[in-house]
Amino acid sequence: MSVKINIPTPLKKLVENQSTISADGENILEVINDMDRQYPGIKERICDEQDKVRRFVNIYLNGEDIRFMDAEQSKVAPDDEISIIPAIAGG
Amino acid sequence: MSYVLGLKCRECGKQYEKAPIYVCEFCFGPLEIEYDYQAIGKKLTRDIISQRGHNLWRYRELLPIDKEPTVGLYSGYTPLIKAHKLADALGVKKLYIKDDSVCHPTFSFKDRVVAVALSKAREFGFDTVACASTGNLGNAVSAHAAQAQLRGFIFIPADLELGKVVGSLIYAPHLVAVEGNYDQVNRLCSEIARDYKWAFVNINLRPFYAEGSKTYGFEIAEQLGWKYPDHIVVPAASGSLITKIYKGFKEFYQLKLTDTPPKTKFYAAQGKGCSPIITAIKENKDAIRPVKPVTIAKSLAIGNPADGYYSTQVVRKTKGYGEEVTNEEIIDGIKLLAQTEGIFTETAGGVTVAVAKKLIEQGVIPPDESIVICITGNGLKTMDAVTANIGKPVEIEPNLDSFKKAMCDYL
Repeated sequence: MSVKINIPTPLKKLVENQSTISADGENILEVINDMDRQYPGIKERICDEQDKVRRFVNIYLNGEDIRFMDAEQSKVAPDDEISIIPAIAGG
Repeated sequence: MSYVLGLKCRECGKQYEKAPIYVCEFCFGPLEIEYDYQAIGKKLTRDIISQRGHNLWRYRELLPIDKEPTVGLYSGYTPLIKAHKLADALGVKKLYIKDDSVCHPTFSFKDRVVAVALSKAREFGFDTVACASTGNLGNAVSAHAAQAQLRGFIFIPADLELGKVVGSLIYAPHLVAVEGNYDQVNRLCSEIARDYKWAFVNINLRPFYAEGSKTYGFEIAEQLGWKYPDHIVVPAASGSLITKIYKGFKEFYQLKLTDTPPKTKFYAAQGKGCSPIITAIKENKDAIRPVKPVTIAKSLAIGNPADGYYSTQVVRKTKGYGEEVTNEEIIDGIKLLAQTEGIFTETAGGVTVAVAKKLIEQGVIPPDESIVICITGNGLKTMDAVTANIGKPVEIEPNLDSFKKAMCDYL
């Protein structure tokens, strides 16, 4: 099942400067693992050693923060869109 | 003359050249400004600061610009008010209000951060500035962009208070109201920031922008006679202000501008319905669980606070605490401050007053030590929040009888 992933600027170098890539998987973690098969090294930027998304990384599935769903285990469907976004300041 | 050495990742320590970047390429940690404190120490003394103009640039060496400031020259240096009447009402002895409801030119502490961000944006050569905003930041960017003749794009949640919409539109920026909450606006903006070469003050200029908040803390210490308060109650949205006041206090001592180190306890204040930072403090957790905000304190309605983690660290390190208050308590807080000290603050100020009251009543803040309550914005921007709770004018005919009849109970 192929989903589209929006890549943030700090990670673009790892994916041949593409803004979006495609990857397969049944849930977020599987998609990240598939991204890492295609572009080795990208997973360690996003996840820690326990396969948890790093503190300063936000992942959105179709616009919804995955922490409002099942986090790394959130199910994905074909044609879903995932965005990886660094935490940003506010006011 | 520049005192900035470069940027450094707060998490892994990796160093970067000065540039409009905000996140570590390796661990996604936030980037921070690295200063040459040794050089600053040789230049900056109490005497030198005291002789300078009454604006935030009196601490210029501790702000991340390379040349002379060009934007926001009159922002900052707001009053620190000894609040006798409010102190009596709350049953404490030494209470101060740091009053940024009168910050120049848009009546919130965001004038400080934007003065720094837009001065820096000009140094980087940007012609367009932008921000995601809960209102106050948008007002400040709009006003300063107009004055600096920069193009402005302001992104706000569509349900914002009218006062804050007008407070941006009058300066004629491109004001974009997004159907969604602030966190959704912010997410969209981080994607826009990727595709356009703009200076997004709270995204790619964040390391520079956020430093402006330190001046709020510098002023408190200077205005207390180069001393720190024992307690400070700070509103928390992204959590940045708490961390920057704390950093400012530490820098002042490091540069020997105060004789003793800060022992201030920091208290975070949020509205019930959007209190992810308070939840983490109370549950003693490092991870911030995001929420979907429901509160009248819209300027604090950030459900996914970027500096949430660091702000809880400051609260813990200083042995402070945090508290959340209901919409009713927020309105009562606004009214209490207005009716004791004559200061009309926005909902975020109602939050800090109400949280201070709660912490004093709980005995968490003792009555005989010095307390600063942070007031960061102006009530004229959030009038809708209180309109139904402050009564109505007494209407009379234009004659003396009508006046006497209407007011007979009070004459």
